[in-house]
Amino acid sequence: MVWVIDTLNGISFGMLLFLLAAGLSLIYGLMKILNLTHGSFYLVGGYIGLSVVRLTGSFLLALIVAAAIIALVGAVIERFFLRRFHLDELPQTLLTFGFLFVFADMCLWIWGGDPQMLSVPRPLAGSLSLGNYAYPYYRLFVIAVGLVIAGGLWWFQDHTRLGTMLRAGVDDAEIARAVGINVSLLFTLIFAAGAALAALGGVLAGPVLSLYPGGDFDTLILAFVVVIVGGLGSLRGALAGSLLVGILDNFGKSFFPQFALFTVFVPMAVILVARPRGLFGRQ
Amino acid sequence: MTRRVGTVVAGIVTVAVFLVLPHVLTQYFLGLTTKMLIFALFAMSLDLLLGYAGLASLGHAAFFGVGAYAVGLLTLRAGLSSALAFPLALVAAAATGAVFAPLALRGRGSSFLMITFALAQVVWSIAFGWRDLTNGDDGMPGVPRPDFGWSLDDTTSFYYFAAATVGVAALLLTAIVRSPFGYALKGIRDSEPRMQALGYDVWLYQFVAFVLAGTFAGLAGALYAYSNRFVSPDFLFVIQSAEALIMVILGGPGTLLGPAIGAALIVFLEDFVSSLTEHWVMVLGFIYIVVTLFAPRGLIGLYVDFRQRQDET
Repeated sequence: MVWVIDTLNGISFGMLLFLLAAGLSLIYGLMKILNLTHGSFYLVGGYIGLSVVRLTGSFLLALIVAAAIIALVGAVIERFFLRRFHLDELPQTLLTFGFLFVFADMCLWIWGGDPQMLSVPRPLAGSLSLGNYAYPYYRLFVIAVGLVIAGGLWWFQDHTRLGTMLRAGVDDAEIARAVGINVSLLFTLIFAAGAALAALGGVLAGPVLSLYPGGDFDTLILAFVVVIVGGLGSLRGALAGSLLVGILDNFGKSFFPQFALFTVFVPMAVILVARPRGLFGRQ
Repeated sequence: MTRRVGTVVAGIVTVAVFLVLPHVLTQYFLGLTTKMLIFALFAMSLDLLLGYAGLASLGHAAFFGVGAYAVGLLTLRAGLSSALAFPLALVAAAATGAVFAPLALRGRGSSFLMITFALAQVVWSIAFGWRDLTNGDDGMPGVPRPDFGWSLDDTTSFYYFAAATVGVAALLLTAIVRSPFGYALKGIRDSEPRMQALGYDVWLYQFVAFVLAGTFAGLAGALYAYSNRFVSPDFLFVIQSAEALIMVILGGPGTLLGPAIGAALIVFLEDFVSSLTEHWVMVLGFIYIVVTLFAPRGLIGLYVDFRQRQDET
């Protein structure tokens, strides 16, 4: 039974990682930007959610406001900063690092240094009994939200006009531009959407993991491992990688607390050796 | 001929300045100068990869940290003499480089950045997690400074030791980048396929550059552990790697002097800004953004542009 609980915990954590990794991966796939600020989008989003819940008491409103604000921030960063260094990875990496630092310090300033938790929204407060164990509804809710968003992203990618443009842009941005797709707008939209997903991840994580200074780095590192394992630019890879990393991380923490991160990093190194572009990356 | 005379004069002046500094500076600023020198070496070692081999690493702190932990663990845990631990730290850093290079060299560009980053995090997670060995995030205090028959315990004599070590390392690095090996590296940076076609074993060159860069970073790390008499997982963290990157880029990649100046500037700014406000991290963030926007080729690049504009008018 402990195994079931651990696996469920792993899956729910994996779903949170997926929200980050999907954006990270799509942004990289389309514009080849390694976006380190993604960790900040997660943390700042979570903190904004915290403030909204404290002000209004509405979890749903927290999700919407956090996603909207962070989407706007993402659009500004893409349009006015990253855009100037298109396909030049080093300046882009440095810029995103700079923003990561600025946001990290800003969070410390506004929300303080103590870890803070969002309260679980009331309708999801109870837990499901599994034999002798109780499993919180909220974590099941996180899994459900993750699955719905994953499904939505698939539908978007395969069945909408914008999704077709996105796939064309990932395959070859130059040709996509040549056949009349507004690649510039597409870049901003996808960057903003990726940022919003990370913010949703931050708010959803609030009641499970706490929000704390350094949470941006910790989560970013795991999201990186996810995209390395799954393959950059692939939605399928992001989902598979998230579940794998989420589960490995959870079992690592329960069975080898001293080497918790090790259970994630060793498989990553092995996959890198065997498949340098990840499980689902283009070889 | 005049150029060679100029170099000799510049060399003599530099040595004289570093010899005089302890008589001019207070103990505090002498300590700060020591830190600048150590980070200058760290930045130069990264520049061998970034500026000469064209490989941007986001995990260079791994070698810095391995050098630092090696001197700490070998003396405090294995009971080795500090004079023996010092060279062994370089071996440890080189060996780590030799293990990481084949993995990292499977990628280029963003992929190389991510792999080096992830590998460095593996080392960090060992230092952080294996509390029985490393004390985890509390770090290991009491790392003894090396004893070669004279004491390095006071600030001034440690400064001389660090300055001499960094000086020798800088000369070695200069010799490396000016050797045929260094020119081949630059060729590979500019056009990998062409060098391949010319019969160079590109992979081997990059491998050797990676190991050398790791070894010099390990030397800087060992010096820093001695300087603080302390090692902690922060030495290995990604922030340390990123700081090294900004030092190199602020100064100007592809020159050795530039990154050394960049390192000295960042170390000085950190000390200065931290004395004024708690928000050093935010200032550092703005430095990244401003440098990237306005001086993407570093201070040396700005200077070259300035000279060119003067020559034209």
